[in-house]
Amino acid sequence: MGKENYVLEMSGIVKEFPGVKALDNAQLFLRPGTVHALMGENGAGKSTLMKCLFGIYAKDAGEIKVNGEVVSYENPKQALEHGVSMVHQELNQVRQTRVADNIWLGRFPKKGLVVDEKYMITETQKIFDDLGIKVDPRTKVGSLSVSQAQMIEIAKAVSYDAKIVVMDEPTSSLTEQEVAHLFRIIEQLKSKGVGIIYISHKMEEILKISDEVTIMRDGKWIATEPASELTTDKIIKLMVGRDLSHRFPPKTNVPGEDILKVEHFNTLYDPKIKDVSFNLKKGEILGVAGLMGSGRTELVEALFGLRKVDSGEVFVEGKKVNNKDSLSAIKNGFALLTEERRATGIFSVGDIRFNSVIANIKAYANKIGALNDKKMKEDTKWVIDSMHVKTPSEKTKIGSLSGGNQQKVILGRWLLTEPDILMLDEPTRGIDVGAKYEIYQLILDLANKGKGVVVISSEMPELLGISDRIMVMSNGRLAGIVNTAETNQEEILALAAKYI
Amino acid sequence: MDKAKKQQITNFLLSYGIYIVFALMILVIVILDPSVLSLNSLTTILTQSSTRCMLALGVAGLIVLAGTDLSIGRMVGMGAVLAASLLQAPNFERRIFPNLPSNWGFIFLVIALVVVLLACASAVSGTMVAKLKMHPFIATLGMQLVMYGVCSTYYNWIGGSPIGSLNEDFKSIAQGKVIDFGGGANLSLLVVYAGIAIAVIWFIWNKTTFGKNMFAVGGNTEAAAVSGVNVDKTIITTYILAGILYGIASVLELGRTGSATNNLGVNYETDAISACVVGGVSFNGGVGTIGGVVLGVLLLQAINFGLAYVDVDPNLQYIVKGLIILVAVAIDMRKYVKKK
Repeated sequence: MGKENYVLEMSGIVKEFPGVKALDNAQLFLRPGTVHALMGENGAGKSTLMKCLFGIYAKDAGEIKVNGEVVSYENPKQALEHGVSMVHQELNQVRQTRVADNIWLGRFPKKGLVVDEKYMITETQKIFDDLGIKVDPRTKVGSLSVSQAQMIEIAKAVSYDAKIVVMDEPTSSLTEQEVAHLFRIIEQLKSKGVGIIYISHKMEEILKISDEVTIMRDGKWIATEPASELTTDKIIKLMVGRDLSHRFPPKTNVPGEDILKVEHFNTLYDPKIKDVSFNLKKGEILGVAGLMGSGRTELVEALFGLRKVDSGEVFVEGKKVNNKDSLSAIKNGFALLTEERRATGIFSVGDIRFNSVIANIKAYANKIGALNDKKMKEDTKWVIDSMHVKTPSEKTKIGSLSGGNQQKVILGRWLLTEPDILMLDEPTRGIDVGAKYEIYQLILDLANKGKGVVVISSEMPELLGISDRIMVMSNGRLAGIVNTAETNQEEILALAAKYI
Repeated sequence: MDKAKKQQITNFLLSYGIYIVFALMILVIVILDPSVLSLNSLTTILTQSSTRCMLALGVAGLIVLAGTDLSIGRMVGMGAVLAASLLQAPNFERRIFPNLPSNWGFIFLVIALVVVLLACASAVSGTMVAKLKMHPFIATLGMQLVMYGVCSTYYNWIGGSPIGSLNEDFKSIAQGKVIDFGGGANLSLLVVYAGIAIAVIWFIWNKTTFGKNMFAVGGNTEAAAVSGVNVDKTIITTYILAGILYGIASVLELGRTGSATNNLGVNYETDAISACVVGGVSFNGGVGTIGGVVLGVLLLQAINFGLAYVDVDPNLQYIVKGLIILVAVAIDMRKYVKKK
């Protein structure tokens, strides 16, 4: 195959950090006008490889060619100016300023001394029209939805006339409809000859959108195959280096009688929950589906006392409860694993012990308020053992663990409060395949112990794989509750769109 | 009342609450003594606001960067003492430096010297914030102490007593009048300078790349960096701009009052920062307008003037000012904290 077929060639890339070989002879060849998926478990070296491309890390060995020319960018800005751009997983936007200001940040068009306002707005509008993005360039970014903000990041890449666009988990916070829009934009970019590197954990998505797939493991290149010749199982096998015959553990839980009953539940502030009623059984896993902004997260937050309730009643085992704040929610046996692990889950500079005991801290205090070190240590050990947390010690900072292990610690944190009702908001987001299975198993174990578990997820296969019933939210309202065994993706999607 | 209406009223109160508070206070002052409403009062307030406005414009940029500056007052004091020592009247017998020239060229040279000195000092603060990643509160607190120490050492070295008898030409720069309305009311040159400063800073904030970068860095430093904005340069430039404004304000303040001690300027930062807060420059960074800052300065000065006019006890005035700042910040926080 001639070299002229590639827009980007990365070969023999080595990057060593003290004690770790993060990249060991990694490679990636990207053809123009194609989507090239880059896959691997967390820590496989995907991000490090991209950081070497953008000059955030200096590679120790290897060669990077863009359009056949050897390049070595010093920083992302330089890469951007050469048509190599990145759409970040965590959006890097100035929320207080307007959309157009964000698109042109770092290279404002000038007319003499002043910034050319008119050009900025009209050019932005042109790019948006081209990509079918319906956002006024003058709106403040802060008032946009996550998906709109994401589209704007992509538009920004396009506006740099990028030849290579790297998308890092672009759909992790998008709903299926928004993903469809994203895919239309990707097709458009492809037709313009842009090469796209697509990093994602979502198998179905990868198989649908990509032309080729490169798989990495432990910093090494494992395989590059046409997507048409791959299956989910094959990818997983390549990623983890062993057979993972089942994506979900066998369902062994048996739902019993009602533990939670919610009736005509309404919240006061936007985005509002409107008239939601449902029940949760002991030993049941209740999935919650819905599009972005459907009120899934708001519902569990309100039940946990984090949002102001307007009206409605909540019963735990037939007894009326009022969770006016998280403290009373914990007392009433509720636990909430939040959606944004980094923002509202972990205390990243705290060690595992701190992160384990913090929600239950009062239980360790004696009469004068001093904490019992021994008991905290025991409980932390229990969290590490029972959740299978892989860590050198309980003194390790949680921020240095992988996403999956962080999530296990947080799950353990909540179990220490001895809850009866666990509400898990996107429990497997950003976690690699192997670790996901372990989280599923932990969830099933909880249900087996008679706890009621609510699982919110944007990944349909996940909901279908582990839940007993699925409750579908639409625009703040309950669109329906279906039995998992009797439903399918299409029915759930139809319900999710019911009130839009 | 339905909820939508309630929400509307809340939003209105959040947006304009602080101005309603001011309106009520001014109303009370007017009722207590209607004679406060005069052209004389108005022009006095404008003149008094002029130098404060420049200081506020300087620190406003730093607050937009989600920073602050505690050294303003001591910077102004340093500049004023230095300028005063160099700009005494040529016929004054006990001149500190008897052999210095006293022509216009020298006056402007001294003014330039003060402006450059304070710009450099501010650049040092900016460098500490940008390069050493120090919190602006700490960096400028250190600068405040150092400035006061340097100023006092110099002040004691040149005699340790108030420096007065300034060059008349120099004083005319600050005390000159453009239009005399009679009865003590006049449009002073200071107001004109402030007007020019407002226009220039407005232009810089709204029309230049630097201004937009400043808002970007204040709003989301990381995003600015990824987009290729030179974050350190933007921060340091904002500090230098603030230093220049402090320098100009410092010589004008000296010209206006006619004398200086090492304690001139003490606590000026409080007024400047309060004006910004009242004017809606958010401490969370990335938000603020020149119009808001100017309005903040004028309202605070009007209250100052009014309270003194109706003979409110000076200690009570402090309490009122403190409460105003607390209300303003409380409202600011409510605005940006999303209700759940």
